[in-house]
Amino acid sequence: MINHNDILETITMIQEENLDIRTITMGISLLDCCHSDIDVVCDKIYNKITTYAKDLVKTGEQIEKEFGIPIINKRISVTPIAMILAACENKDAVKIALTLEKAAVTCGVNFIGGFSALVQKGFAHGDRELIEAIPEALAVTEHVCSSVNIGSTKTGINMDAVKLMGETVVKAAERTKDNNCIGPAKLVVFCNAPEDNPFMAGAFHGAGEPDCVINVGVSGPGVVRAALAKSKGLDLTQVADLIKRTAFKITRMGQLVGTEASKRLGVPFGIVDLSLAPTPAVGDSVAYILEEIGLDCCGCPGTTAALAMLNDAVKKGGVMASSHVGGLSGAFIPVSEDAGMIAAARNGCLRLEKLEAMTAVCSVGLDMIVIPGDTSAATISAIIADEAAIGMVNSKTTAVRVIPAIGKNVGDELEFGGLLGSGPVMPVNTASPEKFINRGGRIPAPMQSLKN
Amino acid sequence: MRAVISVIGKDAVGILAAVSAKCSDYNINVLEVTQSVLQDMFVMVMMTDISAINADFASFVDEMDALGKEKNLSIRAMHEDIFNAMHNI
Repeated sequence: MINHNDILETITMIQEENLDIRTITMGISLLDCCHSDIDVVCDKIYNKITTYAKDLVKTGEQIEKEFGIPIINKRISVTPIAMILAACENKDAVKIALTLEKAAVTCGVNFIGGFSALVQKGFAHGDRELIEAIPEALAVTEHVCSSVNIGSTKTGINMDAVKLMGETVVKAAERTKDNNCIGPAKLVVFCNAPEDNPFMAGAFHGAGEPDCVINVGVSGPGVVRAALAKSKGLDLTQVADLIKRTAFKITRMGQLVGTEASKRLGVPFGIVDLSLAPTPAVGDSVAYILEEIGLDCCGCPGTTAALAMLNDAVKKGGVMASSHVGGLSGAFIPVSEDAGMIAAARNGCLRLEKLEAMTAVCSVGLDMIVIPGDTSAATISAIIADEAAIGMVNSKTTAVRVIPAIGKNVGDELEFGGLLGSGPVMPVNTASPEKFINRGGRIPAPMQSLKN
Repeated sequence: MRAVISVIGKDAVGILAAVSAKCSDYNINVLEVTQSVLQDMFVMVMMTDISAINADFASFVDEMDALGKEKNLSIRAMHEDIFNAMHNI
């Protein structure tokens, strides 16, 4: 029998502490849409997506209603488009982006991810064409998200791709300067990109995945913070235990919703991404959890240690709650999407260098960070290289999603709205890494890659 | 198949009666009711059997939500699996 208090606890989590399922993401393989004629490819892509995902939003809404748990996003991820483009004679990638947009609108999803290329070891046919099309593709579409994997522990870092991506980020911002530079907010540069990630903007459907799959991303920073706020005087062992217990409960929601969605849609269930994903809503912030643990302001000394503990406890609690764990799994620290991070960045306590250190111990990387509009492409490339190096050496996923605010400088802000939030322009070290970036070539795979 | 109906809000006459009447309309059997009144705050949790429900469960959820709004209370009907998943291993 269910305990009365347990029922009220669940209801409080949903009603007052912003517990939700962040996303149900349907991964769809487009490998069978390859053709030498791009118009045929576009037709096949549109038909496949709109057939497979036609009931995705409706099913999500039904589950939401029957179980009483909000499911914020319903999304689609597809095979990296560069792979499909490889077979086309006319490599007009923007045409495929527009097809993805049309399919997303037809299905009613919030985002569609997979305008992607995997170039960690070099460029194959279609890769360069796709990357060059990213700024235009992100400007002419609203729902399409893009990602590029430029490094991995096994392969090292493709520095030619790093250079290209620095330039691409700047171009994407310039191309959307009249729309809050929204382009680069939909573009992630990865090292060790996971192939089953349900979160945007980095979701794509990896080549090793089945034809169609359902992945779920959970959320719940507000619940963790509230649990900590209610329990005074705990030492850090007890704090870690409390976070584990809370993460377990949050993840069980994800497992339930994922299994249910997979059953109703007749699609295999892939993974639950054990994540603490913040939203700009007050109280739903990872920074506030760190402050609840005892930091005066996120970004002060102690932040990395507190985040390391939080990240580890989330995984330990979540892993037993789910039959298959994957994706990014860990605490997210997107600056513009987290009320506490925004406040800490505004008052100068949280800086880029501290965020970089934090990315070594948590999920993802430098995420949703607004930087001055005059930041050079070489500097952005070097930021990408630094992040990728952390990921490569530590055998973890790292990523960069920085937004150059064209025409703006430190003290100004960009307002994206919705889940993407708003971000103050953060200062960037202006000494030039240009010579380093212009060398090109590859950073060899580290010793950590030699595990066989 | 069972569902939990929770009612939270300011105490008033006839809350239990109104919720029970709706359950009866939908052919939902009430299995157990616990309620407490703390100062003015009314909390009621109702365990119900929805196996013989005569309509879509989603429409019952909407109906409960509407009843809550009408009476200025928070009334939620939720499938019991969510509580089992969260609190039982």
